[in-house]
Amino acid sequence: MTVRAPARGPIQVDGEVFSNKRVGAYAHLVLVADGIAERTRPGHFVALSVGGPTSARLLRRAFSIYRVRPAGIYGGTVEIVFAATGPGTQWLAERRAHDPVNVVGPLGRPFALPKEPVGCALVGGGYGSAPLFGLAARLRERGCGVHMVLGAATESRLFGALEAKRAAQSVTVTTEDGSVGIRGRVTDPLPSLLARHSIEVVYSCGPMGMLAAVTRVATQHGAWSQTAVEESMACGIGVCMTCVLPVVGDDGVTKMVRACVEGPVFAGDKVRWEAVGTVPAGTFGAPAAGGH
Amino acid sequence: MSPALLPDDVDLTTVLADAHLENPVMTASGCAASGQELQQFFDVAELGAVVTKSILRDPRSGRATPRMVETPSGMLNSIGLQGPGINAFLARDLPWLLQHDARPIVSIAGSSLGEYAELARRVGNTPGVAAIEVNISCPNVEDRGLVFACDPVQAGRVLSVVRRDTARGVPVFAKLSPDVTSIVDIARSVVEAGADGLVLINTLLGLSVDLATMRPTLAGVTGGLSGPAVRPVAVRAVWQVANALPGIPLIGVGGIRTGADALEFLVAGASAVQVGTAIFNDPGAPIRVLRELRTELASRGFARVSSAVGFANRSAADVAAAAG
Repeated sequence: MTVRAPARGPIQVDGEVFSNKRVGAYAHLVLVADGIAERTRPGHFVALSVGGPTSARLLRRAFSIYRVRPAGIYGGTVEIVFAATGPGTQWLAERRAHDPVNVVGPLGRPFALPKEPVGCALVGGGYGSAPLFGLAARLRERGCGVHMVLGAATESRLFGALEAKRAAQSVTVTTEDGSVGIRGRVTDPLPSLLARHSIEVVYSCGPMGMLAAVTRVATQHGAWSQTAVEESMACGIGVCMTCVLPVVGDDGVTKMVRACVEGPVFAGDKVRWEAVGTVPAGTFGAPAAGGH
Repeated sequence: MSPALLPDDVDLTTVLADAHLENPVMTASGCAASGQELQQFFDVAELGAVVTKSILRDPRSGRATPRMVETPSGMLNSIGLQGPGINAFLARDLPWLLQHDARPIVSIAGSSLGEYAELARRVGNTPGVAAIEVNISCPNVEDRGLVFACDPVQAGRVLSVVRRDTARGVPVFAKLSPDVTSIVDIARSVVEAGADGLVLINTLLGLSVDLATMRPTLAGVTGGLSGPAVRPVAVRAVWQVANALPGIPLIGVGGIRTGADALEFLVAGASAVQVGTAIFNDPGAPIRVLRELRTELASRGFARVSSAVGFANRSAADVAAAAG
């Protein structure tokens, strides 16, 4: 079944696997899913069902979009990179060419792009680098300087270090064990990189702790911060209310907002990083003393 | 049952007290927000009704995260009724539903009789509201002792004030919890208090432990279990209440994923069904279930929904009578 919707916004497509390859510690899945590519911008994500139509695992798995290709000789494709960490992602990692996978996407708010051709740093942790390559291409089209910083615990958990050399003017790699690049974390080389290249926008995607740390560095440097968060989701389309995090609105009030529709990309300085996982005091609608 | 019919020949209309619906398939409260998100995937006007997420008087942040954990053929949720409150709902969400020709059934929830009464006055007198669903059974409240649905007297009091303060002609349905010793006793109490129909069932209270942290997985500790895992519990509740209170309209909800699942609820005694957790798996699920249900009815020779309602129950009684 393919459910068509008005142009823009997400669609639901019965896709099929084009290829599925291991890349270091990750799986790189290419799906034929017509209509997704034309609607996708960097930072969007897809929500995939796992286990087939009678699966006992009902919740969709959300993945940042790595690349898309509009329909050509084959139908349009959408590509994701992920770690098989649980039974759902394990099932996806085991799919072979022509296996069916139901796709909903593109979802969420994409990265905001600068109007001026300014210097940009793109910081990816692990497979969080995946959505940054499409972003790099869009930024280069606008004349922006593109500098990538890729970090991971160890070399096999880096994604796209080679591709980054084509995508960016400079590439800095960090690993926590020193197996490749600078020993340490992405935030170690970041301050000097921001100063050296007069960076005005810092984009980041990866674990929450990394996004918080990158935002701190960007803010200290006076740069604008765009973060793509990872929150566990059940639906990906905005109806289940599970993927919320505390974010400060334009009115200065903290609200529990849905990462799937208000995000996954947020201005880093608006996210209450220290309070993620809680409902901080003063949040809109938070329980008064004594609870609900 | 008679020979198979063409799907288009099946009369899908259903009657729930004063609510006359084009078809018996609705969204389940809390699984479709207020309809806007699903409109991206199908036209919500094609459903029998859209049941909104429970509306409270005041804005509510809901609980901390994690709020959800996947379980076999289901999930636990611990959202905590996050929502913008009645003012924002009436200003923004209800007008949207009406502009899009949807039939809104508004779910209301409160923590006191006064709150329920206020919500009933404001929602139940707004033109276009097809019915009110009274959520007296959300398990995600701070004090489980406050779950009105667990006490027949308290449950009856809530329904009595909501019925009193809702316009005549707008049916009031009570959504009941299966986490009680006798759901029939609760059902009888709320019907005597004025409920025009019953929605069976809300989620079951559950708990999951994260073995990596050796702590409950959900920030709220306990959560509501939903999905196909609970379907037999829901069908049982419909069956029991249909037997005990014949003639009271029932809306079946719990784990419906296909048209066959929906038919199971109808023949057990429900006049309508709601699709909930399946939406998270398939955003087009409500409209697909409707299409499949039409085919299921036609292939069994049911010319109308009303012929299927309670069929399993009726035939059991007939068999018993014949044997006696």
